[in-house]
Amino acid sequence: MKPIYLDNNATTAVAPEVLEEMLPYLRELYGNPSSMHTFGGQLGVKVREARAKVAALLGAEPEEIVFTSCGTESDNTAIMSALETYPQKRHVITTRVEHPAVYNFCKYLARKGYRATYIPVDSKGRLNMEAFYKALDDDTAIVSIMYANNETGVIFPVEEIGTVLRERGVLFHTDAVQAVGKIPIDLKKLPVDMLSLSGHKLHAPKGVGALYVRKGTRFSPYIIGGHQEHGRRAGTENTASLIALGKACELAAENLESEVPYLTRLRDKLEQTLMESCPDPRINGDTGHRLPNTTNISFEYVEGEAILLRLDEYDICASSGSACTSGSLEPSHVLRAMGVPFTAMHGSVRFSLSRYNTEEEIDRVIGVLPPIIKELRALSPYGREKLAAEKASQCASSST
Amino acid sequence: MWEYTKKVKEFFLHPKNVGEIESPDAVGEVGSITCGDALKLTLKIDKETGRIADAKFQTFGCASAIASSSALTELVKGKTLEEALKLSNKDIADFLGGLPDEKMHCSVMGREALESAIASYRGVVPLPESGERVVCKCFDVTEEKLRKVIIENRLTTVADVTNYTKAGGGCGSCIPDIEAILREIWSLKQAAERPREPKKLTNIQKIALIQDVLEKEIRPRLQADGGDVELLDVEGNKVIVALRAMCVACPMGGVTVKGIEEKLRELVSGDLVVEER
Repeated sequence: MKPIYLDNNATTAVAPEVLEEMLPYLRELYGNPSSMHTFGGQLGVKVREARAKVAALLGAEPEEIVFTSCGTESDNTAIMSALETYPQKRHVITTRVEHPAVYNFCKYLARKGYRATYIPVDSKGRLNMEAFYKALDDDTAIVSIMYANNETGVIFPVEEIGTVLRERGVLFHTDAVQAVGKIPIDLKKLPVDMLSLSGHKLHAPKGVGALYVRKGTRFSPYIIGGHQEHGRRAGTENTASLIALGKACELAAENLESEVPYLTRLRDKLEQTLMESCPDPRINGDTGHRLPNTTNISFEYVEGEAILLRLDEYDICASSGSACTSGSLEPSHVLRAMGVPFTAMHGSVRFSLSRYNTEEEIDRVIGVLPPIIKELRALSPYGREKLAAEKASQCASSST
Repeated sequence: MWEYTKKVKEFFLHPKNVGEIESPDAVGEVGSITCGDALKLTLKIDKETGRIADAKFQTFGCASAIASSSALTELVKGKTLEEALKLSNKDIADFLGGLPDEKMHCSVMGREALESAIASYRGVVPLPESGERVVCKCFDVTEEKLRKVIIENRLTTVADVTNYTKAGGGCGSCIPDIEAILREIWSLKQAAERPREPKKLTNIQKIALIQDVLEKEIRPRLQADGGDVELLDVEGNKVIVALRAMCVACPMGGVTVKGIEEKLRELVSGDLVVEER
């Protein structure tokens, strides 16, 4: 049976059109685009086309796109490049809810003697702009703030931040791995210097990403070696995958307009029904500024791994910010930064949709999850008074 | 994804003995919602035979916590209190066909709830919390519990201790303390054999050795948590340090200084005192 895959912020299915497009370059067309012979050299055209498609999705110029191996590489490259090209500046600003690709890289830099500031967020996951303005100083080499949060889907005020930074002459990088392909982004209008994206989050395969570097931005490569990517990223081109990424970006550009309302509708239906039919739910994140495909709901007094594994029995895939699913013993740093109450911290479930999800699938989840939550609540020693009180009031209201 | 055995899955999906016994003879409550798992065990005890007539549980936690709790209730039913107390956390894990290493703390939680329930039945007043030294503040793990679990399960590494008790799995500042406890438990013999009279160090040797220990043993660990320490001065047996970065704001700062002192006493000289400036 095909699983009901609602974990698209983790990774996505490779689109059939994308797979089709890339297969010849894994089979017969295996040449190296740097070669002098036609067999290899002909791939140069395909790489150029792919670059143009990625650029088109973002409103960028093709020469502003550097292909990389993943989102993490793009993030690391952007930050390192700023520190290399502004060696007198030793300060980096990011957020407390950043993806580990940036967050842990900043922690690493702090150990190397750089200064890192992590901007806090409020209970809805919105950036504390006052703290951001305060953190800025003449020593700041780069600000790296995500476009949209992977766990909550909350979208940050990238335009406002970029405008301020441009005035101050500070480099601005945004990790847009979760945003690209899900919401329109126009870099012609957006004051962003560098932007990261990852192929496998928008229906291309894993192992390919890109970094947008605005023309005129000082740049220093992170991976040193050959002349590839105009000397900005060495290593033989992953031709099949970057051609796939080009195709995926083309598809995203075509689908964006219809996909946003489609995903919003399905997501809202899922969210609203669960909010009504499950005991003690709460939405984590600012519902006013959110990716159309993401919802993060906490079910109080139950634990996330238990929810996920019960859902797994129905072949429903989601993820959680609970300690037991994080690989460490502490719950999600994002939910902690938001100050989500402890009663709800461990019971968070993230559903993230894609264009391949159907209304039937959402209906299935709506049918399956509320009894799971109720069952786990019956198992839990917490929140029992609340449950009993609710039951009593329900009985009272039904008897009148 | 965790690799759970069939039996863990079975006990998670269809747990036995869920609920709360009405007017129970014994109640054991361990864990907390903050830490991510908690268990309330209620027992009915047959006064004549002294056997556990019924056992029920309520658990907040992951699949293995629920399965371990349910397994515990199955294991204790029909046993005398003495027999029940002989159950170890390993018996719970074995009953389930094993647990992933990282999830062994779920079986420890079961065993603790049982102990606490039986203690309450026997009218043993639990020790006031203040009297116990809490080693891991993130997960509220006492030294007493650590020692017990380490010895019962023959744990030798900090990673094992974290898997079984969660201690050290949060901010990590108690890791030096856990190491010290492990060393004390498993190398008592070695310590006894150590020469009584440490060789006298010159001032320069002492400072060099302190720097070396800070560099190799202490700083990497602090840095892993975004902190750091700097050696400012050595005056006789007084080592003056400054905590940097995350350690400055960390409420565990005092613990960190203590950990540094223990390490330096062990590896440099037993009479060192660390002060923070």
